[in-house]
Amino acid sequence: MSAARIWPKLMKRERPSLSIKILAPLVALVVATLINLLLYLVMGKDPVAVFHAMILEPFISFPSFSEVLLKTGPLLLIAEGLAIGYRAKVFNIGAEGQFIIGAIFASALPVWYPMATGQWIWPTMLLAGAIGGALWAGITAFWRVRLRANEILVSLMLSLVAAQVLNYLLLGPWKDPNGFNFPQSVMFQYDAMVPLIIPGTRVNASLLIAVALALMAYVFMQKSFMGYKLEVGGLAPRAAGYAGFSEGRAIWLSLLIGGFAAGLAGAAEVAGPIGQLQRSISTGYGYAAIIVAYLGGLHPIGIVFSSVVMAAIYIGGDNALVSADLPIAAVRVFLGSLLLSYLMAMTFVRYRLVFARQAIGGAT
Amino acid sequence: MTAPLLSLRGISKRYGEVRANQAVDLDVAPRSIHAILGENGAGKSTLMKLIYGVETPDSGEMLWEGAPLTLASPAAARRQGIGMVFQHFSLFETLTVIENIRLVVPGRTAALIARVRELGAEFGLEVDPFAHIHELSVGERQRVEIIRCLMTDPKLLILDEPTSVLPPQSVAKLFDTLQRLRDGGVSVLFISHKLEEIRAICDRATILRAGKVTGHVDPREHDAHDLARMMIGRDMPEPPPMVPSQPGETMLELIGLTYTPDDPFGMPLKDLALSLKAGEILGIAGISGNGQAELSELISGEIRLPFDDREQVQMMGEPVGHLGPAERRKLGFSFVPEDRLGRGAVQGMSLARNSLLTAHPLGLVRHGLIPMAQANDFTRRCIADHDVRTSGVEAEAGGLSGGNLQKFIVGREMMLAPKLFFLAQPTWGVDIGAATTIRQKLVALRNQGVAILVISEEIDELFDICDRIQVVSQGRLSPSLETRKTRPEDIGRYMIGAGAPA
Ligand SMILES: Nc1ncnc2c1ncn2[C@@H]1O[C@H](COP(=O)(O)OP(=O)(O)OP(=O)(O)O)[C@@H](O)[C@H]1O
Ligand SMILES: [Mg+2]
Repeated sequence: MSAARIWPKLMKRERPSLSIKILAPLVALVVATLINLLLYLVMGKDPVAVFHAMILEPFISFPSFSEVLLKTGPLLLIAEGLAIGYRAKVFNIGAEGQFIIGAIFASALPVWYPMATGQWIWPTMLLAGAIGGALWAGITAFWRVRLRANEILVSLMLSLVAAQVLNYLLLGPWKDPNGFNFPQSVMFQYDAMVPLIIPGTRVNASLLIAVALALMAYVFMQKSFMGYKLEVGGLAPRAAGYAGFSEGRAIWLSLLIGGFAAGLAGAAEVAGPIGQLQRSISTGYGYAAIIVAYLGGLHPIGIVFSSVVMAAIYIGGDNALVSADLPIAAVRVFLGSLLLSYLMAMTFVRYRLVFARQAIGGAT
Repeated sequence: MTAPLLSLRGISKRYGEVRANQAVDLDVAPRSIHAILGENGAGKSTLMKLIYGVETPDSGEMLWEGAPLTLASPAAARRQGIGMVFQHFSLFETLTVIENIRLVVPGRTAALIARVRELGAEFGLEVDPFAHIHELSVGERQRVEIIRCLMTDPKLLILDEPTSVLPPQSVAKLFDTLQRLRDGGVSVLFISHKLEEIRAICDRATILRAGKVTGHVDPREHDAHDLARMMIGRDMPEPPPMVPSQPGETMLELIGLTYTPDDPFGMPLKDLALSLKAGEILGIAGISGNGQAELSELISGEIRLPFDDREQVQMMGEPVGHLGPAERRKLGFSFVPEDRLGRGAVQGMSLARNSLLTAHPLGLVRHGLIPMAQANDFTRRCIADHDVRTSGVEAEAGGLSGGNLQKFIVGREMMLAPKLFFLAQPTWGVDIGAATTIRQKLVALRNQGVAILVISEEIDELFDICDRIQVVSQGRLSPSLETRKTRPEDIGRYMIGAGAPA
C-alpha cells in the first residue's frame, strides 16, 4: 500500500479538452529538444552551437528557411493523405513506395520525350505521378478488400518492391547513356520542372499545391459527408455497416487518397529540386510522414504545423552536421525521441495524474 | 437494523452541467438484495460506478463496514470485497472462460479451474472453463462475469441491469443464484426496470429520481404501480389501446429464407417464411441466440444474399436480398438494432453527428457537405419529441444513460417516416414509463398504416402491441399466430421447439 501513497495514479479523463490536445505535441517537442541537447552536452559538443544550428538557424536564416519550406512540401502532402486513411483505421504504411512509383510515373515523360517542350509538361508529370501512386496503393486495397490481407504488411512490402523497380530502371532501360554509368536518368528539360515561386531559392509551386490540398483535406474530413463516413468506419465499423456505409469503399478511398498524395509528392521531387530520377529521391519521406501525421493529431490543420516542424528538424540536423559537428545519426535519434515523447504526452491527454493525498487505494 | 455493510452519505457527482447524483444517502445491509430503481438517466449506473471505484465522487463520503472508504480504481474496490458486473460485458470473445478469469484473478490455472467448478456447483453457475466466450449464450457469459467476481470473495456484488439482456428462463436461474449468494453472506446491489422482478427477489429498494433519492422502501410491501409512481412521479401510462387493424399491401416478405453464417457459432436459418402488411405489427418471439441476430442482419441488409437468392427477402414488393442497408432504406425501411453503442450509434460522436448516420437523406447533406445547422435541428427535434434526457445536441452518445440513448435511436428511426419499421429489442433498458410511450407510438404508427416488425424477448411486450406473433427457435420460424387467439403458453411451446399444440 505504501507505494500507492508515494506514486501518483493515472485516472482517465472524462473528455480531453482542446487546449490539452494542442499543448501535448508542443510539450513533446520541447521535452525531446531538451533531452537531445543534454545528449549533445554529454557527447562533449557545445550545446549553444548545436542549439543555434539546429533550432534557430532553420527559422532565422532565410536560405535555411527556404530549405525548410522545400522539405515541408512532400511531408505535408504525404501526411495529409495518410491521415485521412488513419482516421478511417486503414493503416497505409507504404507511402514510401507510393512516393517512388509516383516519381517513376512522372519521370517517364521526360525520359521518353527529352526533347518535348511546353508548359503542359510539368503539370502532366505531377498528374501522372499522383495516378501512379494511387495505382500502387490500389494494389494494397485490392488485396485487403478481396483477401482480407493486412494492409500494413502489404503496403510495407510493396515499398521494398517499388525500390527494386526503381533500381531496375536506373541500372537498365532508363540509365542515362552519357551518365558515366551512374544509376540515374538524364537530367530533365526545363519545361519538366515545376516553376519556382520564391526567387533565389529552390521552393516551387508544389508547396502551394500541398497547402491547397491541406485545405481540401480539412473540408473533406470536417465538413464532407464522405469524410464523415470514413470516420464512422474508423470509430465504429459495425455502425458503418448498420448505416450501409461500405467498408470496401472506405478502404479503397483511404488508400487511393494516400497513394495519390504520396505519388504527387514523388513527382514533385523529381520535377523539382532533384531534376532527374535517381536512387536517392526519397530520404524516407514516406516514413517520416507517418510521424508527421500523428504529431499533427491526424488533423489537417495540425499536420500543416507538424510538417514544418519535421522539415525544420531535417534541415537543422543537416546544419548541425556541418557547423556543430554532430553525427549523421543525430537526426534519427531526435526523431525517435520526439515520437516517444509524443506518445508519452498523449497518455496525459487521455489520463490525468492524481496524487496520493486526493485518492488512495483502499480504506484509511 | 444491523450495522450496514456499506453506507453512502451525501454522495454527489456531476458531469459538466449534468448532476448525475446529488447528495445520495444509501445503506446496504449485510445479507440483503438491494434494488436501485429509477427512470432512465436517474443516475443509477453512475452511483454504482462510484461504489466500484470507476468514477470518484465530487463530494460526500462512503463508509465500508463502518470505516471511511476512498477508492482510486476498481482494483482497489475489489481488494475491499466489492465486485461488479457491467451491463455491457467485458469479456474477450476469442479467449476461453478460464483465460478471461486469469486476466483478473491471480493464482495457478489448475487451482482457478477447480475454484470455477466449485463456485459453479455451489451457486448454480455451471460453465465449461475451457469454452470460448463466443460460443456462449448471453446468460452463460453473464455467469462467467459473476463467477469472475465471486473468485475474489466479494462481500458486495453489484449487478447493473443484469436481466434486461436475459431470456426469462435464465432470469429464474440468476435469481436462484442471487438468493444462494445472499444466504452465503453476500449482499447484492441490483438494478432493473422490471418491477415485478424487484418485488420477487429484493428485500430493500432505493428510488432515485433526477439524481436524488426519493425514498427507501420494502418492495414487497408495494405493488408495481406504487413503485412506478414513486419512480416517475406520476401514474403509470396506460398500455396503448388496440383498434382492429386494417392490413394493406404487403411490405415485407420472407420466402424460404435460408442462410448459413460464415461464423461457425452463428445460427443457420432454415426456410423462414413471413409476411407483413401495412398497418400491422408482427412480433418475433423467442429466446435470444435462436437466430434473431442473423435474421435482423438479413432484413436490415447488413448481411446480403447472393444475387440469385434475392427473391428470398422482399420489401415493398421488390426483391431486396442482394441490396445493402442504404438501398433498402431508400425504399422506406428503417431499423433499430439491438445493440445501441457501436452499432445504432457511434460512442465518441455527438448526438448531432449520430443523427447523420441514418437521417442524412433528410436534407442533412448538401452537395456532399454537412451543414451542421440542419443536423442540429433534426437532433433537437428528436430529443424533444422523444423525451431524451441529455445536455443537448453536442452531448456524446457514450455519455447518455443506456435508456436515453435507446430513446434517441428509436426516435431518430421514427423520424425517417418509414413505411416498414423494424425494431430489435425496442425497449431494452428503457424505463417503464418510456417503454410504454414507445409502445404507444408504435401502435399509433401502425394505425397510420406503417408495417412494423418487432423482435423481442419480452412476451408481455409482444402481447401488448402485436397483431400477430411468430416464434423463432433453432433457426426456424413458427407459423403466424394471431395474438388475440393465442395464449402465452402456446408461444412458450414453440420457443422450446415443441411445435403446435395437438
Ligand atoms: N460519462 C458521462 N459523460 C457525461 N454525462 C454522463 C456520463 N455518464 C452519465 N452521464 C449523465 O448522467 C446522468 C445519469 O446517467 P446514468 O447512466 O447514471 O443513468 P441510469 O440511471 O443508469 O439510466 P438508465 O436506466 O438509462 O441506464 C445522465 O443524464 C447521463 O447523461
Ligand atoms: Mg444505466
